[in-house]
Amino acid sequence: MPGASDLANNVADSVPAQTGPEGTKRDFLFIATGAALAVGTAALAWPFVASMAPDAETVAAGAPLEVDLTPIQEGQIITVFWRGKLIFVRNRTDKEVKDSEAVQLSDLIDPAPDSARVKEGHAKWLVVYGNCTHLGCVPIGHSGQYDGWSCPCHGSVFDSAGRVRRGPAPTNLPIPPYAFTSDTKIRIGDEGAGKAVA
Amino acid sequence: MSGHANTYVPKSRLAKWFESRLPLVGLMHSSFVSFPVPRNLNYFWTFGAILIMMLGLQIVTGVWLAMHYDPSADKAFNSVEHIMRDVNYGWLLRYAHANGASMFFVAVYIHIFRNLYYGSYKAPREVLYILGVIIYLLMMATAFLGYTLPWGQMSYWGATVITNILAAIPVVGDTIQSLLWGGYSVGSPTLNRFFSLHYLLPFMIAGVVVLHVWALHVVGQNNPTGIPIKSGKDAVAFTPYATVKDVFAAVVFMLFFAYWIFYQPGYLGHADNYIPANPAVTPAHIVPEWYFLPFYAILRAVPDKLGGVILMFGAVLILAFAPWLDTSRVRSSNYRPIYRQFFWLFVIVCVVLGWLGAKPPEGGYVIASQICTFYYFAHFLIVMPLVGLFETPTALPGSILESVTGPGKQIESGSGMPVGAAAAPSSKG
Repeated sequence: MPGASDLANNVADSVPAQTGPEGTKRDFLFIATGAALAVGTAALAWPFVASMAPDAETVAAGAPLEVDLTPIQEGQIITVFWRGKLIFVRNRTDKEVKDSEAVQLSDLIDPAPDSARVKEGHAKWLVVYGNCTHLGCVPIGHSGQYDGWSCPCHGSVFDSAGRVRRGPAPTNLPIPPYAFTSDTKIRIGDEGAGKAVA
Repeated sequence: MSGHANTYVPKSRLAKWFESRLPLVGLMHSSFVSFPVPRNLNYFWTFGAILIMMLGLQIVTGVWLAMHYDPSADKAFNSVEHIMRDVNYGWLLRYAHANGASMFFVAVYIHIFRNLYYGSYKAPREVLYILGVIIYLLMMATAFLGYTLPWGQMSYWGATVITNILAAIPVVGDTIQSLLWGGYSVGSPTLNRFFSLHYLLPFMIAGVVVLHVWALHVVGQNNPTGIPIKSGKDAVAFTPYATVKDVFAAVVFMLFFAYWIFYQPGYLGHADNYIPANPAVTPAHIVPEWYFLPFYAILRAVPDKLGGVILMFGAVLILAFAPWLDTSRVRSSNYRPIYRQFFWLFVIVCVVLGWLGAKPPEGGYVIASQICTFYYFAHFLIVMPLVGLFETPTALPGSILESVTGPGKQIESGSGMPVGAAAAPSSKG
């Protein structure tokens, strides 16, 4: 009793192959069908993947956040959340600023001068994301040998400019987009509007 | 399989009608009743059945827990407490599920080390073995996803650390991380999708388990001698011999399991997970569940983010290459005097790595982790290839029967098994 595949083979065998240097009509159909299948699969997969990206509500929750700096004492670190991400705002002491400015760039894992870590004319104020660049733990403030932060999870150490001084963290604590709206107020998420910051 | 007495013959008209349309009963019969099992299997060979039992228990307790659990960041923590306090027998379902995960890993680690000791990964069982490695990977993913669901501090920070590990993947890492988070950090969307995936993966495991058992029944079981079944007298029928032994071992394992549920239900967890998730504070000592500790130690042994991540994943993936890294023609370490010592050293190194994974990442602990990590990889990349080339194995018994009864003796009754293709597959790998 012939099975379905046998029948299919018989049908296929009965069609004379039209071979030529440019290929057969069946080659063309095969490639065209395959291409349509690939495009169709990708088009179908796209909504599934895209639905996993941050949704409109989550994105909208990232409206700029105003932070009043006046209650922050010298040496104090406060934490705020913007887009669900933890941010440290630190009022650095003069000694911390001086020590940080004096560091040789060659001593740094991810070289950046202190001036690149703060806004011009506001060297006291450091604003950085509060998750370690290694695996995302929250480093503990005023600890570690550089008066900055040290991470309890895997031992990374940051200085008072949020620069990584000892691994395994590969990079400095990133700086969120922000701007001074007055001498005592900053708006986080305002600088470079429209630029997505993960 | 050959042998008429061992083939399923439908008796009733209904059974004949059904069998001629879907030979399901016959498949079950040849797989779990008449299947020839080496007669010298020890209790380490019962863990496959124990693992199937654990998978079933985890699915059943999990489905029931999902009837009461709420996977939103606001309510998850409280819904778990609701299960513990308000739901009838909720405490039992949750403790059975949470400790069940640990018991599942206890059983899988015994299963894996049994495999490595007796060389079960070697030809012709490579595909069977790699399917097992895939199941192990899926188990790890499922366990991680499940651990985030109570949304305590360890849940939250475990999820943060592991998703940050994926961000270390070059080029696509950040995109993968964002798609997993569904936001800019671990949050409610993350919890929702982790719950969805946690519910999905066990059924994928069940699917791979079917392939694993299928592959097992094509190539046949290994045994403590490592030599194949040569005649029917080397084997006994799966039912009743293996069935009864598996059930007995499963009952003993259940006693062990019950001890944890009823006497130490929180011992394997962390007190920090009874503090609701707080994105502003990381627990002072963040450690994964015990079954991930050796890999966590490997991650932390490397003072480089990407390097640590590569080694951690490599530590699991290297298992899949064992069939080709081991050059010895003898399977069982019982007959490999030199390799056997390295095997136990490997076991000790794994246990020490687990211990180091729970210690803070500083000073001597890091150095010890680095030494152990080196040996972990050296075992696969140096010891397995070289020892196989230079070692002189001790004499193998002539047959499985001979290893049981002693050389030259005959078994009294003719209670042998007809064995067919299942016991003598091609050994070219």
